[in-house]
Amino acid sequence: MIHPIPSGTRDVLPDETREVRAITDVLRGVFERHGYGEVYTPALEYESVLARADMAEARPAYRVFDETGAVLALRSDMTVPIARVVATRYASAEPPLRFCYFAHCYRGVRPQRGQPRELLQAGIELIGAPAPQGTAEALTVLCHALDATGLKDYRIGLGDASLFPALMASLQVHEPVRKGLLEALVLRDFVGLQELLAESGLSGEAAELLLDVPQRRGGPELLADAPAPADGAVKGLRDVLELLEPAVAERIIFDLGLVRNIGYYTGAVFDVYDPALGAPIGGGGRYDELLGRFGRKLPAVGFALGVDRLHIALAGEERGTGALALAGPSGPGDAGEPVEPAR
Amino acid sequence: VSSLHGLTIAVPRGALFGGTVDLLQALGLDTDELRSNDRKLLFEDIGVITMRPTDVPTYVEAGAADLGVTGKDVLLEQAAQRSAEGGRDVYELLDLGYGRCTMVLASKAGPDPAHEALRRLGVMRVATKYPRIAARHLEETGRQSEIVEVKGSVELAPLTGMVEAIVDLTATGTTLRENNLIVREEIVVCTARLIANPVAHKLKAAAIDALLEQLRELPAAERGRGAPEPA
Repeated sequence: MIHPIPSGTRDVLPDETREVRAITDVLRGVFERHGYGEVYTPALEYESVLARADMAEARPAYRVFDETGAVLALRSDMTVPIARVVATRYASAEPPLRFCYFAHCYRGVRPQRGQPRELLQAGIELIGAPAPQGTAEALTVLCHALDATGLKDYRIGLGDASLFPALMASLQVHEPVRKGLLEALVLRDFVGLQELLAESGLSGEAAELLLDVPQRRGGPELLADAPAPADGAVKGLRDVLELLEPAVAERIIFDLGLVRNIGYYTGAVFDVYDPALGAPIGGGGRYDELLGRFGRKLPAVGFALGVDRLHIALAGEERGTGALALAGPSGPGDAGEPVEPAR
Repeated sequence: VSSLHGLTIAVPRGALFGGTVDLLQALGLDTDELRSNDRKLLFEDIGVITMRPTDVPTYVEAGAADLGVTGKDVLLEQAAQRSAEGGRDVYELLDLGYGRCTMVLASKAGPDPAHEALRRLGVMRVATKYPRIAARHLEETGRQSEIVEVKGSVELAPLTGMVEAIVDLTATGTTLRENNLIVREEIVVCTARLIANPVAHKLKAAAIDALLEQLRELPAAERGRGAPEPA
């Protein structure tokens, strides 16, 4: 007999559960050691509460009615529910506040390799710690957590969500054009970006800059040659780097084109990459305006790891046959070589 | 050169194969075996894997290849229909210029049967191998349609009266003309594109940038068979 389960979901049986549990136990230990207390929140929330956040692409996709006709939604991340918790349960608590979670989230994606509709996320939220200290702490916890799981070859791509918008503003790109350019960048479509820039009426120099800057990624030397309009964001990244211990700093790849398809990010954003997996293992960033939408204006930063993706990456590294292992590291300045922290 | 800066590239068999192999040769790869052995799929010593064009984004997205070459038509067809759905998560790095084709809407010569169907019946029936591109184009132009997906010769569908129009890719228009079909609308021009896995794009940045630099410096004539047409 066939009793199907919904597309994009799956059953987890004992062998896998044991391995997943081992990973989450290690992560929980690191989070707790850094002072992050674990929380649970309901999987179902009022849609109107979740809608306070600008989730863009990652907005809740599944809704039900309760007995009064109110619309409930399955959470699509834990950042927004924790923002609600802070505003309601910790309305007058002295910041900074530190929380961690291990929770299933629900997204309306088309199920493909590594893209489930129900995903287990492990993450932290650091509320009330501004940039750069808060960002540096989150990156440090992230690296300590990944190190503790035994993941070896990971790198963290670090960028700033405000960089490209600031660049467009200072180059006086017309408002209607900006949306299209940002959309092309979010879609990772540099050919489309180039076409839009050619039609935009911008000077050749400005267009060249808008096409070139988001393709820059690499070591800290990148921050030195960034163009003037990106100064604010680049200084923010440099400030974060100065606060990082060497073991964390050498994991960082600066990425001036890193953007997020989640709308609430305001400053530094980051993604976790491992050569054993073709997609990011997790990511995070600053969301300094989200808490204000729930009535408690506090700067904040956090990250979430996809536990299943982390599991796949660990298994891939173990076998030495990660998805990208066929070609291996490829020449100077690439993943094989650590990035020197700036002085 | 044994491989492209140590990168693995997914190469499409079919219409884009010749142009892509020429390009790889211009970049310094030894392509003799690739040209002569059309049964082999994995050419590990030069970092090349070959497959159907529609499979290229799949392999690249999964990270089984760092880079890939495929047509814009394939990328558009596999792109997200609604924004929240998430299309293929790959970088589109470069328009390679060759393999130039146009996605068109065509119908039988004479008075446009699609127009007639829309006016009298409210919908036009459209056969295509590209159901998402067709549906998007008709939605964007405000017309109600019934999309009929076919796998083989699309030209047959309007000739038998199954549909009033087709959406298909055409390079020269010869097949359309031979079947008494005429182009009513040009939807989009498609060329070969270089795509990259998003993780490889970060972890192998130096290698990918070196390759892009090399590609941009190639004389247009060597960038595959057909030189890019002037914009």
